[in-house]
Amino acid sequence: MDMWDSKVVLMILEGVKGTLYMTLTSTFFGYVLGLPMGIILAITDKNGIKPNKIIYKILDVIVNIVRSVPFLILLILLIPFTRFIVGKSYGSTATIVPLTIAAAPFIARMIESSLNEVDKGVIEAAQSMGAGTFTIIWKVLLVEARTSLIAGATIATGTILGYSAMSGTVGGGGLGDIAVRYGYYRYEQGIMIVTVVLLILLVQIFQTIGTKVANVLDKRKV
Amino acid sequence: MAGIIEVKSLTKVFTTKDAEVEALQDINLSIDAGDIYGIIGMSGAGKSTLVRCLNFLERPTEGTVEIEGKDLSKMSEKELRKQRSEIAMIFQHFNLLMQKSVLDNICFPLVISGVKKKDARKRAKELLEIVGLSDKAKAYPAQLSGGQKQRVAIARALAGNPKILLCDEATSALDPQTTQSILALLKEINEKYGITIVIITHEMAVVREICSHVAIISNGHLVEHGRVFDIFSHPKTQAAKELIVKGRDDAASNPKEHQTDIMKTKSCIRIVFSVNSSFEPVIANMVLEFGQPVNILKADTMNVEGIARGEMVLQLPEDEEVQNRMKDYLKNRGLAVEEAEGYGYVG
Repeated sequence: MDMWDSKVVLMILEGVKGTLYMTLTSTFFGYVLGLPMGIILAITDKNGIKPNKIIYKILDVIVNIVRSVPFLILLILLIPFTRFIVGKSYGSTATIVPLTIAAAPFIARMIESSLNEVDKGVIEAAQSMGAGTFTIIWKVLLVEARTSLIAGATIATGTILGYSAMSGTVGGGGLGDIAVRYGYYRYEQGIMIVTVVLLILLVQIFQTIGTKVANVLDKRKV
Repeated sequence: MAGIIEVKSLTKVFTTKDAEVEALQDINLSIDAGDIYGIIGMSGAGKSTLVRCLNFLERPTEGTVEIEGKDLSKMSEKELRKQRSEIAMIFQHFNLLMQKSVLDNICFPLVISGVKKKDARKRAKELLEIVGLSDKAKAYPAQLSGGQKQRVAIARALAGNPKILLCDEATSALDPQTTQSILALLKEINEKYGITIVIITHEMAVVREICSHVAIISNGHLVEHGRVFDIFSHPKTQAAKELIVKGRDDAASNPKEHQTDIMKTKSCIRIVFSVNSSFEPVIANMVLEFGQPVNILKADTMNVEGIARGEMVLQLPEDEEVQNRMKDYLKNRGLAVEEAEGYGYVG
């Protein structure tokens, strides 16, 4: 068995790096787009602090459309756009573009539902003190919902990691790419299993960190 | 002189999908500075909507609300927010920030109005002292009891030196003992800092305990208002009578079976007397003078505006002329006399 020579190990390590790079960068940009979207969805909702039917409906439709397109199809659909942004349509960096676009609406929905959970009474109390919309978002909604927001971020990271592996089918890079090339095209099960185990481990690690942080920051428990 | 709060022909209509609900109709109310003003009504009467109209958390459909002569409806959003910082509010469910410490909760309104964090903390510590929770500065609301949470909410409300404090069912989620201590704190705040307090409640006991004035809301209408003692001794409307009886039952946990059929008869009267009139044994003297017995069906004392008041239900002799003379006799001695009918004694 010369399968496990240093070349393969190096490749797998590169794969881990690629996956982490794609996942974390896409999650970051996903939040850059998704956080404002989620906040706007929550506050323009008919029970929100600044109800606005038109803005809510527009965002709602956009989010639903993007979320209904399966990720693999979105990946292919976005190839021209990806090429325009990063100059090529394959590799880890290129995958960040479709990953971010797929993640943003998903993240927006999770943020919307986290913010909607905030006790309406606390918001009313802030309003009675003369707090404006921005203050309420910044100092009430995001603070009171933080545990739920962190739990959401953990789920988002896990999902994006899954998507990043999927992007391997069209030359995305990272562990998914290795799994597809060795496991699917060459049928080298050993390498595929190793990549799958590594993917599982990564999700586990993210989940554990997320849950820990959420728990530490949750002051609602006695 | 106009009151600190002037409500003029206020109407609030909620529009739902298939109907318009008139929550409040033509409310006129004047609250003087320094008063503790109770607004009482059964649930659904519209009192919570009314209190939210006082700081424009709800915008009235018609009519005006003036705070110190300034019409809230003419204010811009920014002016309104500024005004709201002078009208503090506490709630039935306390509405504290659960993820913030007690100290940060109290700092919150100060931070909103742009006070420096260091100064806000200093002020918050003083306020914790006032509400008697200095040792809980670093605790989180989840670690406090209901009464302690309401004390934190009161400290938070006082942070911005408000002129008016609105209390929306502030004691309804608390047990009777805690209610007493919170009411005592409110009274202390009223006396010490001269803050006008508006108390929304469905409990007559709360109004009797600390309010100087009361308004009774029933089905969106303000049916009666005035000094608590006047309303208590001469309630004019059915809604007021029901609330008085309900309050007494709550206070004494008096089961209905005590209210016998006798009380249905027209010859029963209810009298209310104050401490002064109890120096003279009025009932005994009356019986001696008329030479006819009266039947005491019920006698009770309770606190109204912090003063002990007696209340009695008497069954008078059948002779109508004697009845009338007895009523006059009692009235001449400064007692409030009225027919016991309509008090819901008969359930």
